[in-house]
Amino acid sequence: MLELRNIHKTFNPGTVNAKKALDGLNLTLHDGDFVTVIGGNGAGKSTMLNAICGTFAVDEGQILLDGKDITRLPEHKRAQYLGRVFQDPMMGTAATMQIEENLALAARRGQMRTLRPGITRAEREQYREQLKILDLGLEDRLTAKVGLLSGGQRQALTLLMATLREPRLLLLDEHTAALDPKTAAKVLEATERIVSRSGLTTLMITHNMRDAITYGNRLIMMYDGHVVVDVSGEEKKNLTVEHLLGLFSQASGSTEVSDKMVLS
Amino acid sequence: MTLLLKVTYALQHAVLSFPNTVPGAVTQGILWGIMAIGVYLTYRILNVSDLTVDGSLATGGAVCVMLMRSGCNPWVALLCAVLVGMLAGLITGLLHTRCGIPAILAGILTQLALYSINLSIMDNKANQPLGVDKYDLLVSQRYVRNLDLSNPILLTILILAAVVGILYWFFGTEYGSALRATGANPHMARAQGINTKVGITIGLMISNGLVALSGALLAQYQGAADVNMGRGAIVIGLAAVIIGEVLFGKVFRNFALKLVAVTLGAVVYYLVIQFVLLLGLNTNYLKLLTATVVALFLAVPYWKSLAKPKKQRVGGDGHA
Repeated sequence: MLELRNIHKTFNPGTVNAKKALDGLNLTLHDGDFVTVIGGNGAGKSTMLNAICGTFAVDEGQILLDGKDITRLPEHKRAQYLGRVFQDPMMGTAATMQIEENLALAARRGQMRTLRPGITRAEREQYREQLKILDLGLEDRLTAKVGLLSGGQRQALTLLMATLREPRLLLLDEHTAALDPKTAAKVLEATERIVSRSGLTTLMITHNMRDAITYGNRLIMMYDGHVVVDVSGEEKKNLTVEHLLGLFSQASGSTEVSDKMVLS
Repeated sequence: MTLLLKVTYALQHAVLSFPNTVPGAVTQGILWGIMAIGVYLTYRILNVSDLTVDGSLATGGAVCVMLMRSGCNPWVALLCAVLVGMLAGLITGLLHTRCGIPAILAGILTQLALYSINLSIMDNKANQPLGVDKYDLLVSQRYVRNLDLSNPILLTILILAAVVGILYWFFGTEYGSALRATGANPHMARAQGINTKVGITIGLMISNGLVALSGALLAQYQGAADVNMGRGAIVIGLAAVIIGEVLFGKVFRNFALKLVAVTLGAVVYYLVIQFVLLLGLNTNYLKLLTATVVALFLAVPYWKSLAKPKKQRVGGDGHA
């Protein structure tokens, strides 16, 4: 269970560029929740994910994971609980290392790294099986350098790496936004398969309203650094894009931004 | 006409005397190659430009020579030199990761401080001799043309093999892989729970330990430690890395072979330098020549990238 309590974050405080990115953000995720996150540019979606990961320290508020306060834990220590897929396909993998080496690094997330071999033969077989889930033919290219893969292949691999050791929380930051529609659909399918396989608690940011409605059991909309709409269960299932836009203008008091959201 | 004659004569002289100088250049090249491997680890594996090198090379030489002068076993002296070199790397690492100083500047600061420290290690003298007649040297220039076991090239190659072997093993371990990931993509490394600050610091320690080892061996080889012996070492290291990559990059894919390529790069560098000196180049211009060559080799890939911009590889290729 993840709990965000009254999180505040201002970038460049005290300057003309000061930007209040998170403003009294409250959110509770229950085990097994698959939450899609939507909101306009600058609503604080990515900032929320980065706050959970510990990319920066928050100004105020508390982050609790399974009741444990992780607000002050450094990024690499929080990583043992979190699986992450970034928006930029280049961010999640080491391009100059092999597919199997990347997977072996991910398989040891949160563990002591010792002077034992970085990868074992038994692991290789296991990775071959796991890569088949992605359905991209990567299982036959274990020793290929990741830099040779396409953006979509890299995102799918990052997704597998994020979930190789089951995370307490999977964070997807518009992980299909940089991909062409066909590839994006494939990566989303893989996401659905992997998340539902072990009922991972997931936060998925998306710019695509339809995806936000189709996937997950709960949907939140952010505006001005906090959550303005939170629907789940039956209500979420019956959502339409029009309905969502209505909810948004209601919450933000404007229709102008919502048009931008659909277009982007 | 006379100019042509002069050039011909110089060339003839150089070609004739060159074979004599090959054993020395090769040995020196391998010894500097160990330092170049240290540079390779930071510059290529960790993606950090570390300028500590110019100081820690002399530190290695100073520690080794002073210990041996006071009667220490040469192997123990080597080990101590490595440890002190690692300490220098630790300082640079802490300045960079814990004080937020850019890596290049952190290295320059340590290097500057090491100048004073090296002088004080050497009893405030700029130069301390280590005579081959008085001390039991592991490698010495004097025997470089001997055709028996006293030839320093044998032990030099053995030490190089040990260094390459240990590094090959280490970078294949869980922790070594984590270090490679830290250099390749720090975002990814942290997302996989790797402490990149500690990683960079440990990498700098390993690198400067190797550099100090090279300095200690070089001091024995030339029979003295000099406070200026490391001046420009980083550039020689880069030259070796680049020459190695240009000449052997297409053939040597394996990590161990890449390290060997770096050493061969240093050997080629010393052979070329030797030849140029035999042609009659004033030694004062040596560093200018080295800097120019390295600058050119660093610039060429950049110019190439300007000529034909790379295609964007986001987006997938249909079957993604």
